[in-house]
Amino acid sequence: MNPQPQANTLKNLDEVRAMIKRHKLNDYIFSIIGLLCLMVGLLTLLTLFIDLILSGYPKLLSASFYTDFPSRRADSAGLLSALVGSSLVMLVTFFSAVPMGVMAAIYLEEYAPKNWFSDLIEINVSNLAAVPSIIYGLLALGLFVYILDFGQSILTAGLTLGLLILPVVIVATREAIRSIPIAIREAAYAVGATKWQVVYDHVIKYSFGGILTGVIIGMARAIGETAPIITIGALTFIAFLPPSPITTAAPFLNFEWLSSGFTVLPIQMFSWLSRPSEAFHVNAAAAGVVIILVTLLMNGFAIRMRYKMRKNIKW
Amino acid sequence: MMTTTTPVKAEARNLSFFYNGGNHALKGVNMPLYENKITALIGPSGCGKSTFLRCFNRMHDLYPGNKYEGQIVMHPDNTNILEKSVDPIEVRMRISMVFQKPNPFPKSIYENVAYGLRVRGENNKRMLDDKVEEALKGAALWNEVKDRQQDLAFNLSGGQQQRLCIARALATDPEIMLFDEPTSALDPIATANIEELMSELKNKLTILVVTHNMQQAARVSDYTAYMYLGELMEYGDTDTIFTRPTRKETEDYITGKFG
Repeated sequence: MNPQPQANTLKNLDEVRAMIKRHKLNDYIFSIIGLLCLMVGLLTLLTLFIDLILSGYPKLLSASFYTDFPSRRADSAGLLSALVGSSLVMLVTFFSAVPMGVMAAIYLEEYAPKNWFSDLIEINVSNLAAVPSIIYGLLALGLFVYILDFGQSILTAGLTLGLLILPVVIVATREAIRSIPIAIREAAYAVGATKWQVVYDHVIKYSFGGILTGVIIGMARAIGETAPIITIGALTFIAFLPPSPITTAAPFLNFEWLSSGFTVLPIQMFSWLSRPSEAFHVNAAAAGVVIILVTLLMNGFAIRMRYKMRKNIKW
Repeated sequence: MMTTTTPVKAEARNLSFFYNGGNHALKGVNMPLYENKITALIGPSGCGKSTFLRCFNRMHDLYPGNKYEGQIVMHPDNTNILEKSVDPIEVRMRISMVFQKPNPFPKSIYENVAYGLRVRGENNKRMLDDKVEEALKGAALWNEVKDRQQDLAFNLSGGQQQRLCIARALATDPEIMLFDEPTSALDPIATANIEELMSELKNKLTILVVTHNMQQAARVSDYTAYMYLGELMEYGDTDTIFTRPTRKETEDYITGKFG
C-alpha cells in the first residue's frame, strides 16, 4: 500500500492551545464566583433553619404542642388555635383567590381585546403583585372590617390574603395559558369549536398543572404573611376553636366559623417572641419551624403536581 | 386542457387579504376548486399560499386586525364564506384543515378523532364509536390503533400523528379539506402514506394543498396554482403546468432556477 500523502499546512498549534487555555480559565473563575454566591444564600438560610430547630426541638417533638391552646405558662402553651386558624384562613383564601384569579386570567388571555386599556391592566396586575402586604392590610381594614362589617374575622383575613395572592394567581395562570402552543388552539378552532369550547376543553385542562403550581406558591406566601393580618386585628391569645365547618345535623355545613375571631401561625410565633421569658422563645422557634415546614411541603407538592401534569403533555 | 365538465366546489373571486398592520398578502386572486379534485398551491416562501389556504376556513379571524376583500363562494349553495354574516364556525364545520406539523391534542387517540363531533354536541357513545372507526379507517390508521384507542396520541409516530389529524378532520364529514404543507415534518415513507391517503380521500371530498415540494404537487394534484408575491401567476391542470407552463416565471420556479 502506498503511503498516504500528508497535509502540509500547519497552524501554530501552541498559540491555539494557549488561547483555549485562557478562555477556559474564565469558565473556571465564573463557576467559582457563581458557587460562592449560591452558597451565601443557601448557607444563611440553612443556618437559620438549623438554629430554629435546635432552639425549638424540645417543643417540636412533644405532641401536646400541636394539641394545646396558648397558655400563660410556656411549657403548656400550644399551637392548636393557630394551626386551625391558619387552615381555615387558607380555605377562604383559596376559594376567593382561585376562581377569581383563574377567570380573570382566562378573560385577559382569551377574550380581552388587545388595546391600550388591556395593556394598562396587564402592567398593573404585575404592579399589584409588588405592593407591600401591609397596604393590603390597610385596604382590608377599611373595606372588609369597617365598610362591609365582616369584623376581625376569619372571613376578613381569608379575603385579605386572597386579594394579596390574586395577582400571583393571575400571572401564573396567564403564563400557563400562554405555554399552550398556538397549533393546539388552531387545531381546536379548525374543527369548529367556539371560544368557550376551546377554553373549557383545552386551555383550562392543559394549563391546570401550571395554575395549580401558581396557586400553591401563592398560598405558601400567604400562610407566612403577618403584617396584613395584624393590621386587620387578629387575636394573639385565643383559647377556643372556631365553630366546626362540618356539622352532624343537616345541612352538614356551617358557616359561623367565618365570622369567628382567630389567630394564625406567624402571629402566634410573633406573640411568643415578644414575651420576655426565655421559655416562650423555644415555642416561637418551634412555631417558626412549623411555618417553614408547611411552606416547604406546599412548594414540594406544587413541584410534584407540575411534574405529574406535564408528564403526558409534550410540546 | 381544463375539463369544463368538472363541477366547481368553491371559487375565490377577486380575493385580497390584508394582515393586521397592512401587509397586502393576497392581491385579487381568482381561482376555482374543482369537486373531488386535488388542487396544489406552489410558490416560494412568503408568496401567500398559506394565507390563501387559511382564508378558506377563516383561520385569520382568530387574530385581530386581519381583513378580507372579495369573495370565496361555495357551491352548490352559493354562500360567500367571507361574508361577515357567515359565522366562521359554520365555515369550519364545512371545511376542515390539516396543519403543517402534526398537532394532536394531549388526549387519547379516540378523543382526538371524536373532538369535532363532541364540539357539535354529539355524545352518543355508539354513534361516536362508529364515526371514530370510520374516520380512522378513512385515514388508514385503524389497523395500527384499533386496539389502543385510549392511548395518548403523543405516543404515536410523527406520520401516525399526522394521519390521526387527518382522521380528526375527516370525522366531521367536511366538504373541503385543507392541507397546509402536511408532510413537511415527515420522513419519506410517512410522506408517501399521506400522499396515497390524499389520493383516496378525493373520492369523498375536495382537497386544497399547500406544498413546498414540487414533486409532491406533480404526484398528487390534479390542478396546480403557482403563486408569487400574493398574486396567482398561473393556474391549470397539473400536467400542463409542469410540462408546458405558459409563463416564464412558472417554468423558472418549477425547474428550480428560482425559489
